[in-house]
Amino acid sequence: MSSTKPGQGRIVAGALAPHPPHLVYAENPPQNEPTAECGWEVLRWGYERLRKSLEEHEIDVIIVHSPHWRTEQGNHVLAAPHFKSLSVDPIFPNLFRFHYDLRCDVELAEAIVAEGAAAGLSMKAMRNPRFRVDYGTITSCHLARPAWDLPIVAISSNRTYWRFNNDVGDAEMLDLGAATRRAVEKTGRKALLLASNSLSHRHFTAEPETPEDMSQERVYHHGQYMWDMHMINLMKTGQVRRLLAEMPDFIEHATSECKEGSLTWMLGALGLPEYPAEVHAYGTVIGTGNAVVEWNPSRHGGGPA
Amino acid sequence: MSPPDNAVQLALIVPRMPHPLLCPDASPAYAALAAGYAAARARIIAAKPDVLLIYSSGWASVIGHQIQANPDAKWTHVDPEFHELGAMPYHVHMDAELGAAWRDAALVRGLQARTVSYQGFPFDTGSIVALKLLTEGLDIPASIVSSNMYADRAETVVLGKAAGEALAASGKRAVAIAVTNLSHWLHPRPVPPAEDRVSSRQDDEWNRKLLELLGQGRLEDVSQLARTFTHQAHADNKLKAIWWLATVAGAHNRYQGDVLAYGPVQGAGCAVVALTPDDTTAANLEFDEDDVEVFHGDRNVLATSTGDTVATPSPRPPASPPSSVAPAPQQDRVDVAADQAPRPVGAYPHARRVGELLYLSGVGPRQAGTDAIPGGPIRDGDGQPLDYDIRAQTRAVIENVRKILEASGSSLDRVLDVTSFLVDMDRDFAGYNEVYAELLGPVGPTRTTLAIRALPTPIAVELKVIAAAGPAR
Repeated sequence: MSSTKPGQGRIVAGALAPHPPHLVYAENPPQNEPTAECGWEVLRWGYERLRKSLEEHEIDVIIVHSPHWRTEQGNHVLAAPHFKSLSVDPIFPNLFRFHYDLRCDVELAEAIVAEGAAAGLSMKAMRNPRFRVDYGTITSCHLARPAWDLPIVAISSNRTYWRFNNDVGDAEMLDLGAATRRAVEKTGRKALLLASNSLSHRHFTAEPETPEDMSQERVYHHGQYMWDMHMINLMKTGQVRRLLAEMPDFIEHATSECKEGSLTWMLGALGLPEYPAEVHAYGTVIGTGNAVVEWNPSRHGGGPA
Repeated sequence: MSPPDNAVQLALIVPRMPHPLLCPDASPAYAALAAGYAAARARIIAAKPDVLLIYSSGWASVIGHQIQANPDAKWTHVDPEFHELGAMPYHVHMDAELGAAWRDAALVRGLQARTVSYQGFPFDTGSIVALKLLTEGLDIPASIVSSNMYADRAETVVLGKAAGEALAASGKRAVAIAVTNLSHWLHPRPVPPAEDRVSSRQDDEWNRKLLELLGQGRLEDVSQLARTFTHQAHADNKLKAIWWLATVAGAHNRYQGDVLAYGPVQGAGCAVVALTPDDTTAANLEFDEDDVEVFHGDRNVLATSTGDTVATPSPRPPASPPSSVAPAPQQDRVDVAADQAPRPVGAYPHARRVGELLYLSGVGPRQAGTDAIPGGPIRDGDGQPLDYDIRAQTRAVIENVRKILEASGSSLDRVLDVTSFLVDMDRDFAGYNEVYAELLGPVGPTRTTLAIRALPTPIAVELKVIAAAGPAR
């Protein structure tokens, strides 16, 4: 970890980092029990490019917002120092049985809880050491930083979207993003943000006999693809405000996993960047649309982050 | 009291929140739910079931339906929402054999299904709470199925029928349990337990309407109200668990219903209800929704194949709602699962009717229920060859063909075409041909006989049949 200077922290980069367990499965890391022959290379190569791009940064911590830590009462933040266990994907246990051993930046986690609460959000620190970390968190973190040499902070996806509507959910995620940024700045961390979201998210309901059989892989329907390309083009052209304005429709029309709020949270934390994002890859996983996209403020005059 | 003829001795509805287990004394409502759980446990002890069949509303699945099948599952679970309440160590036993039979029955009925038995595979909070409060220490195995996020009523009803079918074939007696809240709209912020209440008056009123009906034993009526309930209140996962429960218990209203507890947990409407089969109660109330037998897929309006219409949203703001057109109806196609025929060894029906023709999957001599092979198997468990009687096997095959045809509304005398497979043409053709001539010769279908290397089970002969649909002439 680099030396941290309270008050001088910053977000060094943010990435849309989708979490299909298929990608970890296809990488064959030693932590994962199942093994694959191949699969989803375009997305995995995209993650390679992201990792290469992030090498220029000194990073203290990864903050990840995960849809698969599902909570319904407010926002929860992982806040115990160490977690070690086996994560078995409840949907694809045949692909993902991952032995993880990770550290958590508790000071930053508690700061995020405090900043969120000060902003009027419902916040809860998760301090139970026997808690099993969700596979979305693990997948995004592993693909962005397979060395597992940095502490993380994981934030749950709350169901505000379901209780109220997409607009209210987005508003809360933007507030949570701003609170996250303030916590990063106050604790002096240099933070990488990961939004663990797919884009369009209608799955196939049957799985090929060989999961990595790429002849079976395609987007679920053309409407999803059109929406995904539209949103990616908005990212590439720095039109984040327009993207957020259209987010409620995207969620409804493309069954988007962005409903879980991770992308909106990250864009809020980045300060609604108006510079172009770098698209490293787009690909489908069991019908869902996924993109690896990087926002790198240092290449655009520092940016508001 | 005269219970209907069903292997489900008792049906239960229990909530999926952890509070009755982890902090029952935090509020009178949580204590009442814990007491309701205790009363339900007493009912289970009295019923002496062989197994618990459980549908868990809080266990989401995407790829079809998953069934817990680990006979010795041990872990410590922490709820993702209420982690501050503490950990839940568990050691539970799944009925792997029944789970596999349930999966197979679901496959035959057109569903996607699989068993899961990985070490560390997560059990959801609701399942753990139910097992700990209802049967901890009682040594009753369970079989738990997930709640598929895309499944609607037809698919869930078929899942329930598959469970009932597997249970009946097993000869076991069960308690069926829906682990589900009624309304599920949590307060957006935690509230002190003493101030807890159902989060909206409308939810509370609708919960009480359902409980009034359940108290009268009207489970099937509640199942058919589920869609209305979902429109009017914040239903827990569309009340799919109730669809399943009503089906597996026999789709009727003949129960003695007892509402053992009702109250709020962080805004959700939670109830413990016991329904004991009883022919002397509620009786002939109306229920008339489709009673689907085999799942042929949902309308799948997003699919791009088979002529279904694509819902194509516009990416140009302001976006208009996606348009959709009802897909072309399925061809005149019905799959048949014949109770009297041997269970399939893969994902296929016994027969499929298309128009006026009936196509049978390959039929062997195995006996329904026991898998015994008349005439004996052709090899032992180590693969060593055994002597066997081809005549007895052939006779059993044709008898199974007859059962499937009759279950399909046809008969043996309507067979049009036969393809026969023999694993040893030289040894067996004469005996097979003799019995065939006796039983099918008078019918006179076209026939082809092939020698093949092996069949999936240790049998010597299998027939593939096409017949005319419809009753015997």
